[in-house]
Amino acid sequence: MTIERSDVESIARLARLALSAEEMPQYVEGLARILGMVEQLKRADTAGVAPMAHPLPGQRARLRTDAVTEADQHELYQRNAPQVRSGLYLVPRVVE
Amino acid sequence: MTDLHLATVAQLSAQLQSGGVSSVELTRMLLARIEQHQRELNAFITVSAESALQEAARADERRRAGTAGPLTGIPIAHKDIFCTRGEKTTCGSRMLADFVSPYDATVVERLRAAGTVMLGKTNMDEFAMGSSNETSYFGPVRNPWNTSRVPGGSSGGSAVAVAARLAPAATATDTGGSIRQPAALCGVTGIKPTYGRVSRYGMIAFASSLDQGGLITQSAEDAALLLAEMAGFDARDSTSVEMPVPDYAAALEQPLKGLKIGVLREFFEGLDASIEPLIRAALALLHAQGAVIKEVSLPHLPLSVPTYYVVAPAECSSNLARFDGVRYGHRCEAPRDLTDLYERSRAQGFGAEVKRRIMVGTYVLSAGYYDAYYLKAQQVRELISRDFEQAFHEVDVLAGPTTPTAAFELGAKTHDPVTMYLNDIYTIGANLAGLPAISVPCGFVGGLPAGLQLIGPHFSEGRLLNVAHRYQRETDWHQRLPKGFV
Amino acid sequence: MEWEPVIGLEIHAQLCTRSKIFSASATAYGAPPNTQASLVDLAYPGVLPVLNADAVRMAVKFGLAINARVARRSIFARKNYFYPDLPKGYQISQYELPIVAGGAVDIMLEDGSLRRVGVTRAHLEEDAGKSMHEGLAGLTAVDLNRAGTPLIEIVSEPHLRSAKEAVAYLKKIHTLVRYLNICDGNMQEGSFRCDANVSVRPRGTDKLGTRTETKNLNSFRYVDRAINYEIARQIELLEGGGRVVQETRLYDADRGETRSMRSKEEANDYRYFPDPDLLPLEIDQPYIDAVAATLPELPDQKAQRLMDEYGLSAYDAGVLTASAELADYFEVVARGLGAGHAAGDAAGAKEHAKLAANAVMGELAGLLNRDGFEIGQSRVSPASLTALLRRVVDDTISGKIAKDVLEAMWDEGREADAIIQARGLTQITDEGAIERAIDAVLAGNPKQLADYRAGKDKLFGFFIGQVQKATGGKANPARLNELLKKKLGGAEGHGG
Repeated sequence: MTIERSDVESIARLARLALSAEEMPQYVEGLARILGMVEQLKRADTAGVAPMAHPLPGQRARLRTDAVTEADQHELYQRNAPQVRSGLYLVPRVVE
Repeated sequence: MTDLHLATVAQLSAQLQSGGVSSVELTRMLLARIEQHQRELNAFITVSAESALQEAARADERRRAGTAGPLTGIPIAHKDIFCTRGEKTTCGSRMLADFVSPYDATVVERLRAAGTVMLGKTNMDEFAMGSSNETSYFGPVRNPWNTSRVPGGSSGGSAVAVAARLAPAATATDTGGSIRQPAALCGVTGIKPTYGRVSRYGMIAFASSLDQGGLITQSAEDAALLLAEMAGFDARDSTSVEMPVPDYAAALEQPLKGLKIGVLREFFEGLDASIEPLIRAALALLHAQGAVIKEVSLPHLPLSVPTYYVVAPAECSSNLARFDGVRYGHRCEAPRDLTDLYERSRAQGFGAEVKRRIMVGTYVLSAGYYDAYYLKAQQVRELISRDFEQAFHEVDVLAGPTTPTAAFELGAKTHDPVTMYLNDIYTIGANLAGLPAISVPCGFVGGLPAGLQLIGPHFSEGRLLNVAHRYQRETDWHQRLPKGFV
Repeated sequence: MEWEPVIGLEIHAQLCTRSKIFSASATAYGAPPNTQASLVDLAYPGVLPVLNADAVRMAVKFGLAINARVARRSIFARKNYFYPDLPKGYQISQYELPIVAGGAVDIMLEDGSLRRVGVTRAHLEEDAGKSMHEGLAGLTAVDLNRAGTPLIEIVSEPHLRSAKEAVAYLKKIHTLVRYLNICDGNMQEGSFRCDANVSVRPRGTDKLGTRTETKNLNSFRYVDRAINYEIARQIELLEGGGRVVQETRLYDADRGETRSMRSKEEANDYRYFPDPDLLPLEIDQPYIDAVAATLPELPDQKAQRLMDEYGLSAYDAGVLTASAELADYFEVVARGLGAGHAAGDAAGAKEHAKLAANAVMGELAGLLNRDGFEIGQSRVSPASLTALLRRVVDDTISGKIAKDVLEAMWDEGREADAIIQARGLTQITDEGAIERAIDAVLAGNPKQLADYRAGKDKLFGFFIGQVQKATGGKANPARLNELLKKKLGGAEGHGG
């Protein structure tokens, strides 16, 4: 498994992380090391094995009764917001 | 009792009930200790002195009014991964450096309802990603046994707070060993319950299918007392299990006669030669109490580290997407456009290890790699789980070391992520299979503590606490104190 | 070359639950910004989703209504992408194992024939919030009230061959979800909207052309226009030697055209994986049976029954069953008119069904349309309309007068009889009176009478009109017809 700088750049873009040119080599090497270690998985014979998504077997979704119990608390919730106006969250203009 | 800070939760509970001490006195004393050692150990991110004293005063009032429970007035610390209403909750990250949670995590709510007093929020690896507590935005935590050593991670702050007796107990979380590994390296007791036993609501997610809240305490007995309050069904967490919580304390004394303990062959591979005799001695002691010791093998267990480093980053890459600088958390200065807002806020808000894991996770889930990495890892995870299941047909609990080595030097492993990850080689299996596990102090290597790990089948916390307690009745490793923190 | 369009629709229907799919916040439309956004909807650190039972029930109901397979086990997955109206940075949806798969609905084509349109799947997912770009220089404002509203996304097979067929299919699904009471169908508010996948290929070939996906079409007219625009654009491109680019496009209603959406293009690697916060959704047969027991009569069943019971044409039955309320309204009126009929109530209803259907589909629908009302908001109740039509049946008024009376009932809120009485609209059925009116008209128009007699048959209508003018339209049309014929015929006899 070889990881190229361009791979790391495109992953960073997908993950919305701005990486500087200086820190790039560190990530290229780190990812290469980790993914190299992960290569060991190939050793396992997994033919016909169902992938395990949950650690407890036999569990199933429990459903919630359809009822409204939440009240408006937007003022409290927006105290952590970097930029709000008239109850709306603001971000730089989105071009569609 | 003069050395109140040395008392266990069980002892403090008795003292509070008998009126030997008030919660306010106790809280004031511990706040002073925290302050005294903060610079040296950096165990806390936030110390809630004012609210702690108010809570303590209320607890004393309840005590006078006769409405107190056994934990009313007991001061504890919470790992800063648990949301605490009106209090900063940083998760060890610059991303949340100024974040004040508008709500309490279920764990916090329950321990609050039980009457405990929150001393503050403990330091941790950023977003619980680390095995040495060096990834915290708020600086590394230092091991009280040797302050040039790491305390382990990610719950390093909680482990150190208890080890240095700054708090009698602390909450913690464990995704790949984050409770057990620092507990072992700091000489304290750490329990990771069964996945689904303790609600994850309000516990900031790292890897949702692996994360589990638990405790770091001085003893198994204390863990039993606190876990009884923390555990239990929570309708707000879909993965929480609807099953009654047993009386853990009542089962502590159960004799070990006939208990079948499986010794994991794989856990002695790569183990520091000086730790092995400590584990063998601990096993001999359990054997002397009537336990049957048997060697077992989990053939897929050696693949747990690579499995984990696909599954955990995959989930983390998605879980941490919400930190985008829009509704809360760090936002970069003067974003040029939306992409710039996202990319710079996240790049500045997250540290290097978090970014590395987000990228690994993004990669293994991306088109063309999903089957080879993510799906494959989930299949191997199934195989590892089956190995455990198989083993539990033969034995009641599995035993082995918690970590391959004792605490290492600060900075010793920061250069290579994989070397760091191998620290969790013995702990990750329990997370992958959702099993409960506990680490108890079992001796010292060059003046540094080592831990014995016990792993049980799903929902066997009672049995693990029982075995740990019986072991602690016969040993005093858990009562040893680091010099300078007596 | 002749081109064949190939169209598939992805319909998003908001389920009309009280609370959101994964949180207990309200789903009501139009609340002030972010007042219905809880910690879960805002994706606060540490919060977790819990699935709404009613959202599941509604999705199952839909699956049963289109004869689809309801999955015994379905999985929620995360669709990862960054967007300000998507707080978690992922949408919880269903990917590999949706709750509903493999159904179909029949649509009626213009020539009256039926076409079966396959529904590949319908899955549960959460809606996103809303971004607003107006009035804020350089900024976008985000309202997360809609975030977490339950949706079913209904994905059709590419079985549609024209914009008209696509609209007919969309209307069919629209009708169905409202029958099932799982979606309010309000397209203006975005409760029911669709994306159109369009491609073209040379007629007679099998291979599908490159498709485009036009997003967020929220009216039947836009669907029609956007698809037609897209077909024409693609054909023009291909005939000009170009090629169609697979992309997401947006319909610009003001310009009536589609345009490429740059924002959706750059990163569409959604990295789906099972959501570890949600356990597999398992549904057993007793649950499915219980939901099946709540299914109402469905549009196709109802239309067939209206044809059988009332002798309606397929067209009329189709129009009336476009909404259950409209069909119910019709049935109350038809049955009311038939009650007490000598041949029995049912026979009576059948006899007067066409009169009832025409009144409901014609005059009443006209008034509803004029005022922008739904049938449920009609200002004239079925009982009142029945009373009015009874006056037509018993010859008190003519059908033409009835139309005016209905309008008066609508505007004034009074009953038919009161209006007929007050305005003196009762028909003249007295033969003497009608004859006198005819005589006066004939006497007053000697030239026309002479022309008629000379063979200008068309003037019969002129005389009818003149008599009705003189009687204020009250002469019973049948009697008038009969008597005028007699008079003119008699005169003819004299001439001959």
